[in-house]
Amino acid sequence: MAADHNVFITEESIEGDAEGPLAGRTVAVKDNLSTAGVRTTCGSEMLADYVPPYDATAVVRVKDAGATIVGKANMDEFGMGTTTETSAFGPTRNPVDPDRVPGGSSGGSAAAVAAGEADLALGSDTGGSVRCPAAFCGVVGIKPTYGLVSRYGLIAYANSLEQIGPIANTVEDAATLLDVIAGPDPHDGTTREAGAESNYAAAANGDVDGMTIGVVTELFDGADERVVETVEAAIADLESRGAETVEVSLPSLEYAVQAYYVIAMGEASSNLARFDGVRYGHRGESDGNWNESFAETREAFGAEVKRRILLGTYALSAGYHDAYYAKAQDARAWIKADFDDAFESVDVIASPTMPVLPFELGESLDDPLRMYLADANTTPVNLANLPAISVPAGTADGLPVGLQLVGPAFGEEAIVRAASAVEHDL
Amino acid sequence: MSETPESDGDTANTAAAAAAAVDAEEVRHVAELARVSLADDEVDRFTEEFADILDSFAALDEVPETERDEELINVMRADEVREGLTQEEALANAAETEDGFFKGPKVS
Repeated sequence: MAADHNVFITEESIEGDAEGPLAGRTVAVKDNLSTAGVRTTCGSEMLADYVPPYDATAVVRVKDAGATIVGKANMDEFGMGTTTETSAFGPTRNPVDPDRVPGGSSGGSAAAVAAGEADLALGSDTGGSVRCPAAFCGVVGIKPTYGLVSRYGLIAYANSLEQIGPIANTVEDAATLLDVIAGPDPHDGTTREAGAESNYAAAANGDVDGMTIGVVTELFDGADERVVETVEAAIADLESRGAETVEVSLPSLEYAVQAYYVIAMGEASSNLARFDGVRYGHRGESDGNWNESFAETREAFGAEVKRRILLGTYALSAGYHDAYYAKAQDARAWIKADFDDAFESVDVIASPTMPVLPFELGESLDDPLRMYLADANTTPVNLANLPAISVPAGTADGLPVGLQLVGPAFGEEAIVRAASAVEHDL
Repeated sequence: MSETPESDGDTANTAAAAAAAVDAEEVRHVAELARVSLADDEVDRFTEEFADILDSFAALDEVPETERDEELINVMRADEVREGLTQEEALANAAETEDGFFKGPKVS
């Protein structure tokens, strides 16, 4: 039951074409993807009554492929969170254990799939927001290479980092949905030619014989022991299927969370300036001048959104820019270079998706720094613009554990192939 | 190193130094710059949290200067008239409109 887990902000049936690769399939759509005529809230009071006049490109492609959209899925407000607890519409519960969070920010999307409310789901991943909830809910999630999927109609949080990605029960299903949404779009100048004629689903054949898997030591350090054991067992299974594993070290990754948050908050502080209460969204009751009215309208943002707008403004302000933003860009370039070096000798890179098991509801909400640090393993991938998949590796204490596999740019086939072998072993 | 004209460098050269300097007055100043009204209890809460978060960001001081070679090209399209939203669609979500225009708050 959707109401039990608070999966959807808006339940709505949007019929797609009669035929296509997704005919007969149901899809939950994260509520930051524009749906023409159906309200799109971003999990925020600010957009509680906002009804987009157009569809996001990914939504158009899903409908054209024959799918039926069954609802707009709950999410952390504007994608800012790791637990789906910052939603103005209340937290989503994890279908595996309703006392725990589903992860975030695409928590409603992952929970919809895990609870059987939808066959497939669309999420968006800025620093792990598809992979984290996939890991916590025991389903599959893919963060595509930057530029593979059009962001047109995705309400922006941090443009340089985010991609729309699929969530599904199986690797093949996730890859099928990725095939539908991937490919160039004249509405998004950052899309590439890649993905136009993709068949990622065909790569889900479990064949990892001869594949070289880099095991990145830095992303196991500090992870929960139960998570490490589960992920190591899944990697050992890949070895038994003929894959070779080698340890790789990427020292730059130690700085990924900090670099990610500085860059994402900086972009957010600029992006969210559009919510001025004039063209769309909530408007405050102020009788004051433009600046006073603008500031009062923006009281409607929740605490995490205000936190990120303020920290982003601070990090970009005169005198602090060099200490934070410029250093974060250096870290981003270093992380990219480290990954490039590693992919000289390995096909994919493996780690736990999340260093922790799913939090209990309320556990991390009042401790933002703790929540940020949980993104240690997912944020490097966004900073380096790479593709990654989270696939269930097994359970620890009855809770799902995700294995993350990272590929080189536009190497979606490799991560789909490797992940499908993990799945075959469960 | 920096190419930003607004960077005057007179406040803090390192993230660690900057993190140490956050107080309630600074939070109020940034909120004013960002045009976000804060209640008093939010100011207190953010002052405390920002000290911890910025202290964590200070790890970036250790990051070496790194060459950023982006292999990016500009994507241009022809500047041609194409279909867009109707005026009615564009105004449909506005809190206030007048004679087919958005109506905002008074400027001063």
